[in-house]
Amino acid sequence: MSATAQITGLNTYLDAFSRRQQTTQDEPAWLRHLREDAFGHFCDLGFPTTHDEDWRFTSLSALVKENFVSASESPAAVSVQQIAAHRVSDSAARIVFVNGRFSTALSDAQTLPQGVRAGSLADIIASSPASLENHLARYANIRNASFTALNTALFEDGAYVEVERGTILKKPLHVLFVSTAESAAAMVHPRTLLLVGENAELSLVEDHISLGGGAVFTNSVTELVVGAGATVSHHVLERENRNSFHIATLRIQQSRTSTVRAHSVLTGGALVRNNVHPVLAGEGAECLINGLFIGGERQHLDNFMMVEHASPHCASHQYYNGLLGGHSHGVFHGRILVHKDAQKTDAKQTNRNLLLSDDAQIDTKPQLEIYADDVKCTHGATIGQIEENSLFYLRSRGLDEASARQMLLLAFAGECLDRIEDGPVREYMEQSVDAALLGASRYQGGQP
Amino acid sequence: MSLLEIRDLHASVNGNEILKGITLTVNAGEVHSLMGPNGSGKSTLAQVLARRETYEVTSGEVIFNGKDLLEMKPEEAASEGLFMAFQYPIEVPGISNPYFLRAALNAQRKYRGEDPLDAMEFLPLLKEKMKLLEMDERFQSRSVNEGFSGGEKKRNEIVQMAILEPKLAILDETDSGLDIDALKIVSRGVNAMRSADRAMILVTHYQRLLDYIVPDFVHVLAGGRIVKSGGPELAHELEREGYGWIEPALAGAR
Amino acid sequence: MTTTNTIEDLANREYKWGFVTQVEEDRIPRGLSEDTIRLISEKKNEPAFMLEWRLKAYRHWATLERSQAEPTWANIHYSPIDYQAMSYYSAPKPRPNRKSLDEVDPEILEAYNKLGISLDEQKRLAGVAVDAVFDSVSVATTFKEKLAEKGVIFCSFSEAVQKHPDLVKKYLGTVVPYSDNFFAALNAAVFSDGSFVYVPKGVHCPMELSTYFRINAAETGQFERTLIIADEGAQVSYLEGCTAPMRDENQLHAAVVELIALDDAKIKYSTVQNWYPGDKEGRGGIYNFVTKRGKCAGRNSHISWTQVETGSAITWKYPSCILMGESSVGEFYSVALTNNHQQADTGTKMIHVGKNTRSTIVSKGISAGFGQNTYRGQVKILKGATNARNYTQCDSLLIGDKCGAHTFPYIDVKNSTARMEHEASTSKIGEDQIFYFRQRGLPAEEAVAMIINGFCKQVFRELPMEFAVEAQKLLSISLEGSVG
Repeated sequence: MSATAQITGLNTYLDAFSRRQQTTQDEPAWLRHLREDAFGHFCDLGFPTTHDEDWRFTSLSALVKENFVSASESPAAVSVQQIAAHRVSDSAARIVFVNGRFSTALSDAQTLPQGVRAGSLADIIASSPASLENHLARYANIRNASFTALNTALFEDGAYVEVERGTILKKPLHVLFVSTAESAAAMVHPRTLLLVGENAELSLVEDHISLGGGAVFTNSVTELVVGAGATVSHHVLERENRNSFHIATLRIQQSRTSTVRAHSVLTGGALVRNNVHPVLAGEGAECLINGLFIGGERQHLDNFMMVEHASPHCASHQYYNGLLGGHSHGVFHGRILVHKDAQKTDAKQTNRNLLLSDDAQIDTKPQLEIYADDVKCTHGATIGQIEENSLFYLRSRGLDEASARQMLLLAFAGECLDRIEDGPVREYMEQSVDAALLGASRYQGGQP
Repeated sequence: MSLLEIRDLHASVNGNEILKGITLTVNAGEVHSLMGPNGSGKSTLAQVLARRETYEVTSGEVIFNGKDLLEMKPEEAASEGLFMAFQYPIEVPGISNPYFLRAALNAQRKYRGEDPLDAMEFLPLLKEKMKLLEMDERFQSRSVNEGFSGGEKKRNEIVQMAILEPKLAILDETDSGLDIDALKIVSRGVNAMRSADRAMILVTHYQRLLDYIVPDFVHVLAGGRIVKSGGPELAHELEREGYGWIEPALAGAR
Repeated sequence: MTTTNTIEDLANREYKWGFVTQVEEDRIPRGLSEDTIRLISEKKNEPAFMLEWRLKAYRHWATLERSQAEPTWANIHYSPIDYQAMSYYSAPKPRPNRKSLDEVDPEILEAYNKLGISLDEQKRLAGVAVDAVFDSVSVATTFKEKLAEKGVIFCSFSEAVQKHPDLVKKYLGTVVPYSDNFFAALNAAVFSDGSFVYVPKGVHCPMELSTYFRINAAETGQFERTLIIADEGAQVSYLEGCTAPMRDENQLHAAVVELIALDDAKIKYSTVQNWYPGDKEGRGGIYNFVTKRGKCAGRNSHISWTQVETGSAITWKYPSCILMGESSVGEFYSVALTNNHQQADTGTKMIHVGKNTRSTIVSKGISAGFGQNTYRGQVKILKGATNARNYTQCDSLLIGDKCGAHTFPYIDVKNSTARMEHEASTSKIGEDQIFYFRQRGLPAEEAVAMIINGFCKQVFRELPMEFAVEAQKLLSISLEGSVG
């Protein structure tokens, strides 16, 4: 990427930031200061290039040369019918954001049980910002991660969820992000803060869809703060249009003996980068990271895991399955970092990939960095094709080739879906996976 | 005669005194809960009673079932009927759950002069206990704790307790890492084990376990001493007020 | 008594195979030259083709030695070996007028009895035929006649050269050529004996074949060579065991093993290696520099290596498979243990040449004391190896904090249809694990034995039953004392 391209790219964001500064006059000083600080870091860092080891397999040149305007500047009306299909059955609440702004009309968060608060982060900033100061941007890294810095500088809104100590929310909370851009390139920087108290339980879905066909750059950052003994299931579903850029950062902070299950299913977007970064900060914490990515056409789906073991007796299990057809390119980069004091760490990582065409590509890179001496770390990776034997077996039982193929793909994807414990959420995500698989098998070499 | 008699027990690790004079009597049939903030010494007390060698007993005495517990090796204490459910159970790849547990049970039976159980006698017993803890049968063929989640490991500890039928069971933070559903299952397993000739010590940080396993006595540990004892209501008091009030109490005790 | 004490007691037990047998030796003077080669060949009354081959090998080795081409890439450290300071041939002197087993010196028979290897066929567990190699020569081979009924040839290499020169000429050096590496060249030049097996077409060898290697003499090297051929549809399972006396100087063992499996043939080769490892300070012990390779020449052929390496001061060994035949299978199962100051750099090479070839690698490294354990493995998928598959699992277990485990996997894939799976783990046995067992009523020794056996289970179950039991015992003796 040329230096000129970088500079043109940065000018877009400089404009956006100065406009943003005019609308944040009412924000508390600490937040304005934080935004300035973050933007300063973004300017210093610039966009990463393929020379950065963490971005080796993902070029951002298409994103950098685009001139995005803030999506919220072109307000759009979304009707209840348009998003009627996007509903997790039996959910506790659905909170909807349109082009980055909270929509009161489309959301239904009135019936939440006592001890649970869910809604718009912008509302909290306007009403009681002091309660945020201890958490917002305390975990996500604005110093070295340029997209997180950019989000922190520019974010307008996002979800805010707080579950009080000992409160059990069994039904899932559905957070739906809708973009409507049709032609002009738009950007949105959703910021989500999830605070889960001691021994509390939460299940939440972050769902990204596009209603229009325009190129949208979504740069979302979620900070999930989990108290001692708490249990959280976090689900991400990304299925935006094939012109979209999607950079997602999920930063998880876990206290002692807490359990987090972070699931993600990526099927949409032209270029997707999914950063998941749990820090097991308290003794005995446990984390499951479970992902599925399905690519076709010229999609580029990059999964960057950074699992940080900072305390003894913690366990992390990563499972990622990739299914790639057409000319798509998948990346799995799994880093496990075990700090010096994190003895008795148990870290596992498995990445399995199926290539459905000769032109599809996967780069998988495990990376173990271990500074403690009493740990158990396992990593495994496979790259394969659909087994001709299995295909033949199914066909010999009477299935046509397309159905047989679909069945094998479903089985492969099912390994990931089966790890989602929340029934209604699993069904909801399954629907998207089925649709994506039909698409993916269409793009494989030689198939009609 | 009481089942367990702890008198002015002092213990240290690497020269740091952690237990600074614990006195506690536990009778058969009783359930005691030891609560306290992190670092109060409650897990250390559990480990000392299970005879872990990392901890050095500097003074005091412990009589278990009429014998000097401090003279026993860990395996002797276990065979005398002392069981500890571990806060962090160990994984043993390549050794199956039934094999391990039968070896342990038979080692204890041998110590007591009883005949060993063969696999045919043992497996139905294991199946029954696993059912009680709602553990899937596939765990039976798996290696000890290998690939188990934190919650599954804790349930497996209770299965082991149910098989080994100890006189005294010490549960070291068995509730940690459990979501509410798993906590209920574990509690059901523990409650099924309550009997007039068995005692239990529940070591826990939180009161929520005690909603399901109601103790006869609650003791609060802080700074290596028992600073307050009472009935189950003491646990609720702690839940409401946290451990903050302990600091002044501790200062008074110094 | 503490865990540490219990285990130290066990560890301080002596290496119980460390005795020396008093026999009269026929030994050639120290040093290595073309004359030495001619002398060895002459003593063995070899045909001309053997001497020629040996001389070619010697000249090649001499060039390597002059250019200081002794391999240095392995993760092992030792003082330079003086190849002129050792003797290259030592054999017990034959006693006149003895028949069959009685031909063997009673002192040697007694030595094997002490090792638990009875050469008396009657007492031997049914189903295992033994070839005993004492220093440079084979001293006895049991069950020969019974095997001959099925057409199976199992004899010493020397005998094979005399009685089956055509087979030897056809296959010798076809898997490990003399030019393969420094130690293979040295072996080809000076090897004195070893075992030879030929299983004819369609025959499943009716019993396990086994060679027991024993180094007895001082200041000698042992250079044996084993050649096993399984003809079309044949099957054979072969085991080797090794021990040596305790001596303060290091002794060199540079063996070569070649396996050839034709269409539908299967060879299973198991090793329990317990050469003297040196004392607790790292003095003495065997340098075990061995080249082992199998060629799956035919369709559906299958070669499986299983090794339990507990002995030797230094082990340098990579039993490998060249998978030429379509749908051929290569396997490598290994337990390598290093305690005190032992060093091991071991692993395998799986070279996929044919279509639909499959390989499996399971390596379990245990390091204790100051032991250094390196897994070095290569999986190579050549261009024509469509649908090749490899599964590799590499686990390391550390005991104590002064030892080391190192893993160097090399993967080279030239065909995009390949399926590769790789898993690796490192873990540590400590006081907390042992305490868990003891809290359940099991003593410390049993805890260690159970943990180790569990760790090695995937490999042990590949060994023939008796060997598995022996391997388990060996491991617990070699290891205990390191946990505490």
